[in-house]
Amino acid sequence: MWLLILFCLLVGLIIGFSIPVLMPAIYAKYMSIAILAALDSVFGGIRAYMEDGFDNTIFISGFIVNMVLAAGLAYLGDRLGVELYLAAVVVFGVRIFQNLGIIRRYLLKKY
Amino acid sequence: MTELRKVIIMRSKGAQISIALVCLILGIMLAVQFRTTAAIQATQTDGRIEELTQKLQTVTSERDALAEEVLGLRSKLSNFRQTDQALADLQQEIIDANMAAGLAAVEGPGIILTVDDSPLYYQVGENANAYIVHDYDLLNIVNELKSSGAEAISVNGKRIIAMSEIRCAGPTIIVNADRIAPPFEIRVIGNPDILESGLLMPGGRLEQLKVLGMPVQIQKLEKVEIPAYTGSFKFDYALPVEYKEEAE
Repeated sequence: MWLLILFCLLVGLIIGFSIPVLMPAIYAKYMSIAILAALDSVFGGIRAYMEDGFDNTIFISGFIVNMVLAAGLAYLGDRLGVELYLAAVVVFGVRIFQNLGIIRRYLLKKY
Repeated sequence: MTELRKVIIMRSKGAQISIALVCLILGIMLAVQFRTTAAIQATQTDGRIEELTQKLQTVTSERDALAEEVLGLRSKLSNFRQTDQALADLQQEIIDANMAAGLAAVEGPGIILTVDDSPLYYQVGENANAYIVHDYDLLNIVNELKSSGAEAISVNGKRIIAMSEIRCAGPTIIVNADRIAPPFEIRVIGNPDILESGLLMPGGRLEQLKVLGMPVQIQKLEKVEIPAYTGSFKFDYALPVEYKEEAE
């Protein structure tokens, strides 16, 4: 499980570094928010998997919708002149830490 | 029992695959974002440096061209003066006027005053302004020298003329539109004793600088050389009144 995740992440990184695609500079900010959302989804999925409450539909839909929503929120914030992306950063940051904490506890219990 | 386990295993298989897939996408996004951010930073710094370099080059070449022009005009002017023997009487007047205006290099007895920033390191929380020589320090000193009968003054080789400014410009000081930096060497021609006593007047600026710990040095010399003003004069607004009246 862990090996698979790490392996896929590594493969993804290698692909990303080797393909000649660059984000336009103005969208880089939204991309970073989307990455935060994706990270949150991954950790949430791992946590749900360890709790045996994993639902594929929820996971995949959450991954996509959260990403789009976060980037959209940042975009809207920019249009409105409010730094709305901070909301996404705070929420996802808190959730990532919570999920990581729970995952860590499960791992400690397991081994 | 086996059915349930099968279902759980199947579900976990699916879960693993989808998590792995999402991780793959996440990895791609992360890598692209890394490269994008790196590229943005690189272009930003590059662009800035390039822009500044270009600006510096343009301004430097502009300045060089102007300095050359000034020199050319000066030599032309002095040619006219030298060849025109008929105006010999006026020449002495021109020399006097040039000396008064600071257009002629001069020498004579005087003093050289050296002031520098404090050699002490300032402690955190203290006011850094107490450790450096300011534009108003130089202004005060120059003013004191003028009132002590100075006939010619230069600061770090910049001749002080009637319209010379001494002005703060960030970490440096601007004199005659040129930047100068410490240590400041002020050359003065005049009666050395009077100049020195004027500078050392109790309560004067120099005493304050000494109290603050700035290195201050006064040399009385038989011969001090002071360079001429190297800038140009430009009168956009001022007109000589006398000549205008005569013309009417």
